[in-house]
Amino acid sequence: MQDVSIYITDREGAQHEVLAPTDMAMNLMEVVRSYELAPEGTIGVCGGMAMCASCQCYITSDHQLNAKEYDEDAMLSEAFYVRDNSRLSCQIPITEDLHGLEITLAQEV
Amino acid sequence: MITTDILIIGAGPTGLFTVFEAGLLKLKCHLIDALPIPGGQCAEIYPKKPIYDIPGFPDVLAGDLVDNLMKQIEPFEPTFTLGERAETITKLEDGSFIVTTNKGTKHHAPIVAIAGGLGSFEPRKPQLEELSKFEDKGVEYIIKDPEIYRDKRVVIAGGGDSALDWSIFLADVAREVTLVHRRNEFRGALDSVEKVQELKNLGKINLITPAEVKGILGEDHVTGVAIEKKGEDPFIIDTDHFIPLFGLSPKLGPIGDWGLEIEKNAIKVDNTLDYQTNIPGIYAIGDVNTYPGKLKLILCGFHEATLMCQSAYKRIFPDKRYVMKYTTVGGVEGFDGTKKEAPKAIVKAIV
Repeated sequence: MQDVSIYITDREGAQHEVLAPTDMAMNLMEVVRSYELAPEGTIGVCGGMAMCASCQCYITSDHQLNAKEYDEDAMLSEAFYVRDNSRLSCQIPITEDLHGLEITLAQEV
Repeated sequence: MITTDILIIGAGPTGLFTVFEAGLLKLKCHLIDALPIPGGQCAEIYPKKPIYDIPGFPDVLAGDLVDNLMKQIEPFEPTFTLGERAETITKLEDGSFIVTTNKGTKHHAPIVAIAGGLGSFEPRKPQLEELSKFEDKGVEYIIKDPEIYRDKRVVIAGGGDSALDWSIFLADVAREVTLVHRRNEFRGALDSVEKVQELKNLGKINLITPAEVKGILGEDHVTGVAIEKKGEDPFIIDTDHFIPLFGLSPKLGPIGDWGLEIEKNAIKVDNTLDYQTNIPGIYAIGDVNTYPGKLKLILCGFHEATLMCQSAYKRIFPDKRYVMKYTTVGGVEGFDGTKKEAPKAIVKAIV
């Protein structure tokens, strides 16, 4: 499979179904940017290094995701509006396991 | 009033390299940056991260790239207004500009180059009611003058390097330092974490984890903060200052109100000829601009700075003839009297 479907609820509450390629080493934050679902400059500010939390999202489906690494966990410990299902979308690589994933973008800080 | 040829707003890699290209054209530069140090994102967000796509450098740490750029531009004697944010711009009758910072410092130049990246770095503020009421009345997001905390009680919140470093520093200045963090683990450099541990053991830092500041007390000035610690009843700590250090995030800020065309949180430039904005004499280069096909890469910023300087030169000296010269041919003649040039070939006959 080359593409997976992902359901993204933007910061205004609108849900979008998007196709994300699994063969381009993309992460979830980059998928959001590629579909322009959050204004440029408000997401992925650090470029995807788990250093800014501007790409925080909430995982609302019960998919099994890659475990948080130390950097992501530490950044989330300093971020705002963090919930139990918070993740930094830049730290989630797009794989076939993500088919049907549902996320909601956290509000801008 | 500071006067210069090219006033550069933003001292990140693109802004710094502009000094070099301008210098080759004998144009002097002054840079304004909201951060207290040059380097922009490379210095503030990821100084220890490697970059792999700077031509000629298989890998270079972002912080080292900034150091190298500072060394490269040294002969051109750039001057800086650091820790101040460019706030307003006025166009004079002769077409030149006056840019004033939030602290009132005025800069005058015929050319303004905005190399502002994603904007000026503003502190990320915790979501606390009445936080704004206490700003500059005991709540500070950036420590500018540590002396104001001498013999005072201070509560710092945060888990990164700045929270750790300032806790360590203020342990010797303030009467009482309390560090509050949501986790037991800290994100900062290992030696800073160990130092805080040591100061905690010595009773010089009061460490409260995992906990959060949930409220601020006081009338005209902070007198205490309310703290919630996991597994305990909420309690209050008396303090004179509350310093939340949750990092900085870039905001386009006042530049967005300068009458420049803005698209996607970036400044639209006319074309890829010289990166001039809709206001002649104001250019936008690096991550801060947008045009069809734009890529936010440092190497693209360098290219944009180079073309921009050629255009700026023609704008300042419309009647002067000039062609671009290779540094290998012309060398680098600094304003400080230094000259770098290729050594002359030695001619020796074989007999």
